[in-house]
Amino acid sequence: MKTSPIALMVQPAEDFQMTMPKKMRDHAAKHAEATGTHPEAARRQKAQGKRLARERITAILDRDSFHEYDLFVEHKCSDFGMEKKQLRGDGAITGTGTILGHPVAIFAQDFTVAGGSLGLAHARKITKIMDHAIKMGIPLIGINDSGGARIQEGVNSLAGYGEIFYRNTLASGVIPQISIILGPCAGGAVYSPALTDFVFVVDGISKMFITGPEVIKTVLGEEISMEDLGGARVQAELSGNAHFYAQSEAECFEQVKRLVTYIPWNNRKKAEPVNAIPSRSEVSLEDIIPVEANRPYDVRDVVKAVCDGSDFLEVQALWAANIVVGFARLDGRTVGIVANQPKVLAGVLDVDSSDKAARFIRFCDAFNIPLVTFVDLPGYLPGVDQEHAGVIRHGAKLLYAYSEATVPKITVILRKAYGGGYIAMCSRHLGADFVFAWPCAEIAVMGPEGAANIIFKGEIAAAADPEAFRKEKVREYTEKFASPYVAAANGHVDAVISPHETRNFLLHALEISEGKSELRPSRKHGVPPF
Amino acid sequence: MTSDQKPTRQTLTLHDTVYETVFTKKFANRKPYAPTDPKRLAAVIPGLILQVLVAPGDAVRPGQSLLILEAMKMQNHIAAHHGATVKALHAAPGDTVMKGQLLVEFE
Repeated sequence: MKTSPIALMVQPAEDFQMTMPKKMRDHAAKHAEATGTHPEAARRQKAQGKRLARERITAILDRDSFHEYDLFVEHKCSDFGMEKKQLRGDGAITGTGTILGHPVAIFAQDFTVAGGSLGLAHARKITKIMDHAIKMGIPLIGINDSGGARIQEGVNSLAGYGEIFYRNTLASGVIPQISIILGPCAGGAVYSPALTDFVFVVDGISKMFITGPEVIKTVLGEEISMEDLGGARVQAELSGNAHFYAQSEAECFEQVKRLVTYIPWNNRKKAEPVNAIPSRSEVSLEDIIPVEANRPYDVRDVVKAVCDGSDFLEVQALWAANIVVGFARLDGRTVGIVANQPKVLAGVLDVDSSDKAARFIRFCDAFNIPLVTFVDLPGYLPGVDQEHAGVIRHGAKLLYAYSEATVPKITVILRKAYGGGYIAMCSRHLGADFVFAWPCAEIAVMGPEGAANIIFKGEIAAAADPEAFRKEKVREYTEKFASPYVAAANGHVDAVISPHETRNFLLHALEISEGKSELRPSRKHGVPPF
Repeated sequence: MTSDQKPTRQTLTLHDTVYETVFTKKFANRKPYAPTDPKRLAAVIPGLILQVLVAPGDAVRPGQSLLILEAMKMQNHIAAHHGATVKALHAAPGDTVMKGQLLVEFE
């Protein structure tokens, strides 16, 4: 055997053959220890119907795609006996992987390690993976399951939270941020999910609140269970803090995966297109909508009849159900759907529905997702509670979001478009690129009944037969204004289309607007009414 | 409210038109508006009455402290909104009061 001079120089020590495999063995043992779980803590986690943090990550990500970082990070706290406590991964697991081929950054809080409490090292692992996600331009997924601040670390724990919130804000509109609440997420900690784009909750597992039942009882004397205060159902249906509600962790992870396929990796990209497929709906659009303007129907049937494969991923389905928002595809490309829901509260705009739609519109605009709006609403909801809850301010959010959006904006007026509601629902006047109306559309300041009663108030009262006279005037107003043609004659509507033509018009509009660019005066940022 | 649930139909009247629809839980549970009665002062926050500074028959000035209500670790001075004569007191030092509980009645 020839021996080169270099090989001679690096001639290994005698125990070389022993040393390397030992290091390998040590590494394997270290790795196994660091990725393990305390058996008793694991048992308690399972007893609550919860999966372990690592199981959650592998369940969401594609098989074998998880690459973990910072496994050996340790805390530096030396107060209150903490110096003697070694916490696996400091209670946080971070890394990257793929979901159905889409790259994502992910972190999971591990409740089996010091109750998932957040110390500075734990937080810095999270902020590091956040910085990475922002730099790489990939979605961030956070799994929250934590008892809260690590009190032994004092202000350093708070610093950790603050550094996370700061990055949530910097990442907003740059990369999609998804929060999955799979355990308690209480106190200041809830503000991280609140700053992200989509919050997922699971029945019986998720608990979110600023102050818990104990504090509420001592301070205010009010007794309430954790579930009734901030459980999954409450967050999804009453507070609107959650966007997706599931019965189990498995169902939740399927929802997360589905969402990831609809949204782009970052704000410089468009959502990945998929193969175009026709709608699967067998109901004809003409048959969905009752002709009488006061009869309800489910607007989601219209959405499904129009979009690819009748596939619609509804966002915040349970909260403010009088407006429907979510993702669908047209010709394989993601669109954001906003539609009034006549089935619930007659489809009125109110504080919650304005808030819900405005937030969704801003997400779509930030991430290059065209907006398709289906309009059928009688206006704003009257009521002292609405006025006092600030329907003016909240309603303005919707006007702001639509006006601000520069993605393609396509509006289809299905039936009623009355008053301020007509303007707010992405009318031509707020910059819609295409406005289509069905022949049954009624575009007016209000419905014919109300309008006739106001315009002819005196004459109705003075008439020999007031009811017959009133009906005549209602008919007159209906003929004159309860149609799309006055709006079309003024160019406020681009085309009156038959319901069955809707999909074709939408596909064409999207094709035409593929290269849309709209310049706005430069500014640091606007000042929306929130 | 998902599409598979069979909802009970409710009606909503807007601009003289009666719409058939279903209510959201929030809408169905909303409290009807009741104007505040200037003759009745109620607790705006639950807490503990530490001190009562007036007695029935006293004439009070707007802004004058009537009671001290400890809540949220703060000794809150509950002041009169307007000038009036105290008719009755419904709270005494040491009482724990709930939100909305009547504290003082004016003539």
